Amino acid sequence: MKYLDRIVEKTGWPRLIIGLFLFSLFIAAPFAQVKIGTSLSDTLIRFGMNGIMVLALVPMIHSGCGLNFGLPLGIIAGLLGATITIELGATGAASLFIAILAATPFALVFGWGYGNLLNRVKGNEMMIATYVGFSSVAFMCMMWLLLPYSSPTMVWGYEGVGLRTTISVEGFYLHALSNFLAVRIGTFFLPTGMLLFMGFVCFLVWAFLHTKTGTAMTAVGSNPVFARASGVNIDRMRTISVILSTWLGAVGIIVYQQSFGFIQLYMGPFYMAFPAVAAILIGGASVNKASIMNVLIGAFLFQGILTMTPSVMNSIIQMDMSEVIRIIVSNGMILYALTRVKKGAH
Amino acid sequence: MKDKSPLLEMRNISKDFFGNSVLKDVSFKLEKGEILGLVGENGAGKTTLMKILFGMTVIRDTGGYSGEIFLEGKPVSYKTPFEALDDGIGMVHQEFSLLPGFTAAENILLNRESTKNNFMTELFGDRMKNLDRKDMRKRALKAIGKVGVQLHEDMLISDMPVGHKQFTEIARELEKDNIKLLVLDEPTAVLAESEAEILLKSMKKLSSEGISIIFISHRLREIINITDKILILRDGRIIQEKPTSSTNISEIAEAMVGRELEVSKREDVRVFDRTFLSVSRLWVNMPGETVRDVSFDVNEGEIFGIGGLAGQGKLGIPNGIMGLFPGGGEIILDGKKIGLNSPRIALDSGMAFVSEDRRDVGLLLDEPLDWNISFTAMQVQNKFLKPIFGNLIKWRDEKAIQNAAKGFIDALEIKCTGYSQKAQELSGGNQQKICLAKAFIVEPRVLFVSEPTRGIDVGAKKIVLDTLIKNNREKGTTIIMISSELEELRSVCDRIAIVDEGKIAGILPATRPAADFGLLMLGTAPVSGGAE
Repeated sequence: MKYLDRIVEKTGWPRLIIGLFLFSLFIAAPFAQVKIGTSLSDTLIRFGMNGIMVLALVPMIHSGCGLNFGLPLGIIAGLLGATITIELGATGAASLFIAILAATPFALVFGWGYGNLLNRVKGNEMMIATYVGFSSVAFMCMMWLLLPYSSPTMVWGYEGVGLRTTISVEGFYLHALSNFLAVRIGTFFLPTGMLLFMGFVCFLVWAFLHTKTGTAMTAVGSNPVFARASGVNIDRMRTISVILSTWLGAVGIIVYQQSFGFIQLYMGPFYMAFPAVAAILIGGASVNKASIMNVLIGAFLFQGILTMTPSVMNSIIQMDMSEVIRIIVSNGMILYALTRVKKGAH
Repeated sequence: MKDKSPLLEMRNISKDFFGNSVLKDVSFKLEKGEILGLVGENGAGKTTLMKILFGMTVIRDTGGYSGEIFLEGKPVSYKTPFEALDDGIGMVHQEFSLLPGFTAAENILLNRESTKNNFMTELFGDRMKNLDRKDMRKRALKAIGKVGVQLHEDMLISDMPVGHKQFTEIARELEKDNIKLLVLDEPTAVLAESEAEILLKSMKKLSSEGISIIFISHRLREIINITDKILILRDGRIIQEKPTSSTNISEIAEAMVGRELEVSKREDVRVFDRTFLSVSRLWVNMPGETVRDVSFDVNEGEIFGIGGLAGQGKLGIPNGIMGLFPGGGEIILDGKKIGLNSPRIALDSGMAFVSEDRRDVGLLLDEPLDWNISFTAMQVQNKFLKPIFGNLIKWRDEKAIQNAAKGFIDALEIKCTGYSQKAQELSGGNQQKICLAKAFIVEPRVLFVSEPTRGIDVGAKKIVLDTLIKNNREKGTTIIMISSELEELRSVCDRIAIVDEGKIAGILPATRPAADFGLLMLGTAPVSGGAE
């Protein structure tokens, strides 16, 4: 019993329940005539697609800025990079990297402004971040129509101005990463390149957290007064973390697009933050502590459930439950995490 | 009967907070019309004793007290302050409890206003009564008259200088018809001398009218001038209870700080020849510990003590010099001027600080010990970093950090499961040792140590102090130690400065008798022949 208690305490109830649920889905899959190969590769694909956006939350959690509900801002930087790349006419696998490069200056500028804003609202970061995310999406809804894009693959056909809601990346960087070293066995498909790229970005973040600056950032999140007394510029560290978060959000959405096949504009980024936040929390992160491991476990569990429930549950109970479960799990997870926030002394 | 039994008798009062004993077996009597002076260092138990008398809920919430209280011969035990008020006990607290947007008269008569009927009262009852402003003014003026001050009854509290606020509070207590006993907790602390004079005069008058007063003050001169009897508390015990006429200031001061038994005899008086740190005209805006105008010089290799009562500004000095609170003035370290208001500048110049606030400033509670110990050195001095790609990336050297942590854990006998244990899991004493390790590791030229033994047990205390002395003797670190415990300062330091009201009251060699320091703390001029 004691041993069991220790396991529960170490893993945490939410992670355990969701892990068991996912496991049971995999067990149930063959009985519901769902091919295990397809479901496993779907899970891995979605894991790879969303992983970097989940990772994007880590720097801000480390610096004590809380969960980055303003992730849509980073995603918008990524969308700008993506659309500019297509506008420039870059094609092929290289266009993915051009898109990331093009998104970088936007991510830096947005992140800098966003970081400065968050430095003025210390203690209420998450609420303000939510508004930043939502309002930036609304603002860009106007800008997508007004910005002088002209590439025929992107603009509305009948008038020639304004970007369409969804833009295909086919011919640009569709599956640029996913197909790299991909493994196909029957119905099973392993997007090796995408997973490798995600692993590489995870390594970069892990490495960053092991540098002097990364250590200072973690200390700022752990105890800002201590960090200040040790000569660390708190506001600067926080701003760096926000810029990093925003940039990772931009890279994340571009990787997402290359697998998904489409750039989703307008309201596309609106709800992107919530699944990412839910995923990292399921992974065992808290509002002020997160590790790369939390990201990997969380992204896998959360995306696994999203992939498996529609196929398995639908064929068992003949009803589309996936959306309901997704909403319950993601919002429930966020609620659960926010009740654990330790205020003041901890 | 009333004439036989004293107005108030407290018998064998003891109280502990979570096993930490703060009052032990305190008994005293107070006669009708008598003024009792209650003196003692911070933490001696004065306020707790008054809280027990007054039935403050905090006492019950923390397990109540033992002992008995008699008021006019009847045993009483108040569950709330309201019951104490009903029995005619009034209290004026250190902190004001006044409504800032109300006038003096309104505050004095709050909840006891004069009222008159109108037609609404017939319909809706007493809550609809009008205020009888005229009568209220009369009553307020009468109460103010009792205090004996000029105070405009229509003045808003928010517009008043502190002195007037204090008078309003006292007037409020005096307005009550049944008042028998008045407790004044440091009423003169915020008053100017002339105002204090007035207050003391009115206290005399009140006592002649038969109101008993318990007067808590750090100003011994006032105590001597006004009280009939003096009760000295130290570490929760009554050390001395004497009629005022048979004692004097230096006797009181000695009894207050006391601990003559524990004094370690210091025979060696070290001589220094080089001024190392020079602080002049320092002011620091640290809430509750304001430093107004402080100047002192510290010699190289010296252990310099800064003492004084809480709230007088001694803690503001290191916090200001280290840039944690805004301040101004001139700091010269080893001939170089050091900028203020930036922790980084202070750290870069070779100063280090062990904060009195271990949990908030001193430690990363959620992080392992090795991080806590090495962080400052890493950030300020680039220690424990491995350069990669030239100096492009500064990689954290975990091995070196862990080894350094292990070294300190052994050297300072830190009780823990290992360097990866989280700081919050350690006891106070061991946390303090981590804070010291954090400071030693940067090899500071000047080390500020603030309240190093606060809240830690005797054994740990000794290790902490011995470590400081060892560091000073072996590495020659100049140490500035700030502490509320005079005896601790006297056993460790070479010279001790006493801070009073944000200024240095005097600097004396540690070998001087405790009473001299006690006098400085109490704002009384030192006995002739001070060192400075």
